[in-house]
Amino acid sequence: MSAHDIDHSLDSFGDSTASATRVTPGNALRPEDIAIAQDKPSEQVAEYALRLGDDALILAQRLSHWISRGPEIEEDIALGNIALDQLGHARSFLSYAAKAWDKTEDDLAYWREEEEFRSLHIVEQPNGDFGVTIVRQLIISIYQHLLYTALLESSDETIAAISAKAVKEVDYHRDHAIAWTLRLGLGTEESARRMRHALDILWPYVGEMFEDEELHTALGDVAVAPSSLRAAWDEEFTAVLKDAELELPTVPFAMARGRRGEHSEHLGFILAEMQVLARKHPGATW
Amino acid sequence: MAAQQESGGSLSAVLSPEEQAGQDRFNQIIADDSRIEPRDWMPEAYRKTLTRQMSQHAHSEIIGMQPEANWITRAPSLKRKAILMAKVQDEAGHGLYLYSGTETLGTPRDVLNEQLMTGKAKYSSIFNYPARSWADMGAIGWLVDGAAIANQVPLCRASYGPYGRAMVRICKEESFHQRQGFEILLELANGTEAQKKMAQDAINRFYAPSLMMFGPPDSDSPNSGQSTAWKIKRFSNDELRQRFVGMIAEQVKVLGLTLPDPELRFDAETGTWIHMELDWVEFKAVIAGNGPCNAQRLQRRRDAHNEGAWVREAAAAYAAKMARKTEVA
Ligand SMILES: [Fe+2]
Ligand SMILES: [Fe+2]
Repeated sequence: MSAHDIDHSLDSFGDSTASATRVTPGNALRPEDIAIAQDKPSEQVAEYALRLGDDALILAQRLSHWISRGPEIEEDIALGNIALDQLGHARSFLSYAAKAWDKTEDDLAYWREEEEFRSLHIVEQPNGDFGVTIVRQLIISIYQHLLYTALLESSDETIAAISAKAVKEVDYHRDHAIAWTLRLGLGTEESARRMRHALDILWPYVGEMFEDEELHTALGDVAVAPSSLRAAWDEEFTAVLKDAELELPTVPFAMARGRRGEHSEHLGFILAEMQVLARKHPGATW
Repeated sequence: MAAQQESGGSLSAVLSPEEQAGQDRFNQIIADDSRIEPRDWMPEAYRKTLTRQMSQHAHSEIIGMQPEANWITRAPSLKRKAILMAKVQDEAGHGLYLYSGTETLGTPRDVLNEQLMTGKAKYSSIFNYPARSWADMGAIGWLVDGAAIANQVPLCRASYGPYGRAMVRICKEESFHQRQGFEILLELANGTEAQKKMAQDAINRFYAPSLMMFGPPDSDSPNSGQSTAWKIKRFSNDELRQRFVGMIAEQVKVLGLTLPDPELRFDAETGTWIHMELDWVEFKAVIAGNGPCNAQRLQRRRDAHNEGAWVREAAAAYAAKMARKTEVA
């Protein structure tokens, strides 16, 4: 066989756009499009987008750690997918927020200090075992699904558009979390025990998700007041636990003030890891 | 004997009439350059060779996730983080796809996984080298995925149907992997002095191991003849290696960087690329388990498997409960 034959066979494929790694398929809204679009958010709208973006970013950072460590390869893929979706949402919200200060998504992700982040404590919680990650996913995916559904009506067009893409993906995240909650809740004695433990250690951080801030009132129908999601969240979450023969924890809520920049002790480590390389090379592009 | 040797493997026992018919049909399919499918009769040695090759390939995809997963949480921009995450996830998909393909030959996935975890099965030795810098994400994509493509494109025509089809699908994604790696290096090569240095250093470390991905020299590759006769393998190790060296020798110029090979040149007379002597002693030592990361890579796989045991048990128990429920209903 000659080198020519090999050349020929190498040329006979090469539709590199067919890859599953196309980050944004079709003509959906991409973070790059948001960055160059005309509309610039007010600082208040940007503050709101930061909250949405930071939750998604920190959760993506946490979840991505599962890739190559899952209980089966299918879960490496599933959790990787969810992480990738969350990262996509984060990039869109941060790209939008960044414009208010003439910055970029990377300026916000890599160059803000811990107290400038607006993430909730629940997304900062360690992955723990697979059960802890699933309970965290159940808590957040039901929440985000309700939130993005409500934000479809946001009077801010960009936030509504990002939410429209996100809500479809989060719907799948919710299905994934519910399916595993049932399997683990009803599976074995051991899995049920681990799920009860996971519920107990995460429950303290549920309260913070529903706390309203002045910002929500000030923004009117741009934003969704978190407290307005509480009843629907309770109903859905309780129903899943009931099906899984698990009980609502009785542990109290913690004082968690991530929205004010007062974070759990975990966030410092998350950021140290996430930002280390970028900060070693100020001004560099990648 | 000679005819059997050519496409049927060495057969000592006398074949039954059914087996003889199967063997004849098998020989015909190979001669016609057509495809063997899972239900077709095939020589045991063919089944064994393919099971070994396909499962090794699957294991390489799975272990190969680790060096890159090592940089996901530290990727220096959100866009790069997303691309890297998607890429590593693709590799998991390749692994799954190849395990399914291997299962069509009769060995279940948990047996294959067991062989990997106990060190009985091998995987590509390059994944036993550490990914120490961000530039390694570039060098791995460009050189390692690049070498994988050069190896795998001819496999798209492999005589075993499920393998060939898996390769077609996988190669499409691999070409994206190579391109994203090249882009990482290109960005670094045009960046600061420190970035440029990082890129050159990564190329220096991954060049020789990536050339070794094509396997030992033809003079020392005992199984190649049989694989070629069976039309699993279409080109020799050295042919593919030279072809690959030629490609990267051109591409490295675009980067403005160099390959760490003082002997690299195109020999107009033979029409082939000449590269430096590779350290096959090191190659064999890494395959045998002495590479810098063999222990770490296998332990990580075992840990994930063991820590996930309770999850898989719960899923199985739940599925059984549900099955009983539907039976009753
Ligand atoms: Fe792959
Ligand atoms: Fe790849």
